[in-house]
Amino acid sequence: MEKITRRDFLKSASLIGMAGIIGFGSTSCIENGSSKNLFVYNWPFYISDNVIKGFEQEFKIKITYDNYSSNEELLAKLHAGASGYDLIFPSDYMVAIMINENLLEELDLTKITNFKNLDEKFKNLSFDPNNRYSIPYLWGTSGIGYNTEKVTDKVLSWQILWDEKYKDRISMLDDVRSIANPALKILGYSINTTDPGQIKEAKELLLKQKPLVKAYTSDTYVDFLKSGDVWLSEGYSGDVFQVIKEHKVIKYAIPEEGTELWVDNMCIPRGSKNKESAEMFIDFLLRPEISAEISNTTWYANPNSASYKFINPEITKDKSIYPPQEIMDKCELLKDLGEANKLYEALYNELKST
Amino acid sequence: MKDFLLRYKSWGKEGKAGFLISPAFLWLLLFFLIPLGIIFVYSFCERGNYGGVNWNFTFENYKQVLNPVYLKTILYSFWIAILNTVICLLIGYPMAYYISTRKSTVFKNILLILVILPFWTDFLVRTYAWLVILREGGLINTILLQMGIIQEPLKLLFTDLAVIIGLVYGYLPFMILPLYASIEKLDPSLIEAAYDLGANGFNVFWKVILPLTSPGIIAGSILVFVPTLGAYITPDLLGGAKVMMIGNLIQQQFLKVKNWPFGSSLSFIVLIIVLALLIIYIKFGEPEVEK
Repeated sequence: MEKITRRDFLKSASLIGMAGIIGFGSTSCIENGSSKNLFVYNWPFYISDNVIKGFEQEFKIKITYDNYSSNEELLAKLHAGASGYDLIFPSDYMVAIMINENLLEELDLTKITNFKNLDEKFKNLSFDPNNRYSIPYLWGTSGIGYNTEKVTDKVLSWQILWDEKYKDRISMLDDVRSIANPALKILGYSINTTDPGQIKEAKELLLKQKPLVKAYTSDTYVDFLKSGDVWLSEGYSGDVFQVIKEHKVIKYAIPEEGTELWVDNMCIPRGSKNKESAEMFIDFLLRPEISAEISNTTWYANPNSASYKFINPEITKDKSIYPPQEIMDKCELLKDLGEANKLYEALYNELKST
Repeated sequence: MKDFLLRYKSWGKEGKAGFLISPAFLWLLLFFLIPLGIIFVYSFCERGNYGGVNWNFTFENYKQVLNPVYLKTILYSFWIAILNTVICLLIGYPMAYYISTRKSTVFKNILLILVILPFWTDFLVRTYAWLVILREGGLINTILLQMGIIQEPLKLLFTDLAVIIGLVYGYLPFMILPLYASIEKLDPSLIEAAYDLGANGFNVFWKVILPLTSPGIIAGSILVFVPTLGAYITPDLLGGAKVMMIGNLIQQQFLKVKNWPFGSSLSFIVLIIVLALLIIYIKFGEPEVEK
């Protein structure tokens, strides 16, 4: 099946947008047989169309589905007030921010009985300890995307991004926090460390790496992996897997030192007018077969352990999607560090200005 | 309506003028001065945790600019902006001269349209095109390899050279157009007179043509220098984000680091520099106005 990445989507979004206003605008009036509505705001290509149709038919609720491209965009929308959405999918650190800013409704877990289907290790996560506001949807990692034709060594460790042999063939994520993750993990530190000494050591390591780096980029690295300009990229699992589907020479590895784990979550924004329908939809998405269908379509890792038996074994057995327990133990969620963010900003600025 | 027209007629010349420019004035007030005022106020505030500001007065954001790390970025931006301006001038001047001295107006217009044509496509898209041209399997390397001029692909993308190529490409029209306007106005009889009085080619250019076209040179240079100073797409895409210019630093403060006050103070410093340059331009740029 033809796959489109989030990025491709964004490139063509403006074009489709025009068509959408003309095309979908007219059909939705006809389809809408019931008075109940649900406004869902999600990442692009992050669900299966059949799932939406299934819910609409079973519950006679009409879903309006929109996309956003970054957590920051989502936050800005909610900050602006009355977004009109009933269900959103912020990532871990953004959930923490939104709870802090009082932007989310509390969930009624008695109505979301399928919550029990979640793997215990994805319940009560640090950013929302009692799942009062959020329920994990899909998760993934950051790791190394690499070209198997060019990289002859086994990609086991972050150290390969410091190998002289691959000078000018390496790309790193251009993000204040993610840029430091590999260095911190090599040194055996937490990616959420607030120890200035440890962050300084990571900075030294990154400065040493800079001459080997071809580019710092959080979006174009996917294209350069495809074109062969870059052979090794620090990247996000979801992005790299979209490339792998078309380019079999590209592979993804989760380094043995551990890495960043991200979890996208279902949340109801404050002021939602259809909170009950939203909770029904969350419960629907947590059904084992429905959750499995989403994973089978998107290839993202799923926190819903009851769904595993319905997921394509090719996905569940893939160590680069579901890392083995000993590596999983070394993975961490990126936490919002508040004041200590400044240490990472200083690192980033110095690295870029040298 | 009739009443209004009668009243309008009774206004003096200045009253009428005031009425007619009021839409433009309101527009500038709403969408230029007020946002600018907000940025100015922000630049003296403390940062909020997740973007935004805390309303406490501080000079800290301006002091922070003096940090050597940021000074280096600012100096580097100046260096790139000056380099780009000089290269654009060296390439743009002969081109503008050639276009403005063509006899056929049709040919002249075709050339001018060619200069303006790139603006029909968005700058971001055109920069992406350079990404494709410069990369390893890209146009330039493929052609050179096929012709056997090089054996190994050249490293073009993600270098300072790529940034300069992208900037010169992007801003050259801003140099050519004011130069063209200036050279067009040049009276050819002055050049003939200079030759008649015994000046050689170099002296005619240096002592007659250049001074007479200096308003175009200054206008073009400012039009190139100012946006280059704030450029951020080009260093990001073509430079591989390995170095930063002020534009990247400001963008980063707002979108990545969420330090709006510091981003605001940086924006203001750029604004002051640009303003200073415009004052220089108004003072020295248009000598004809003086008479």
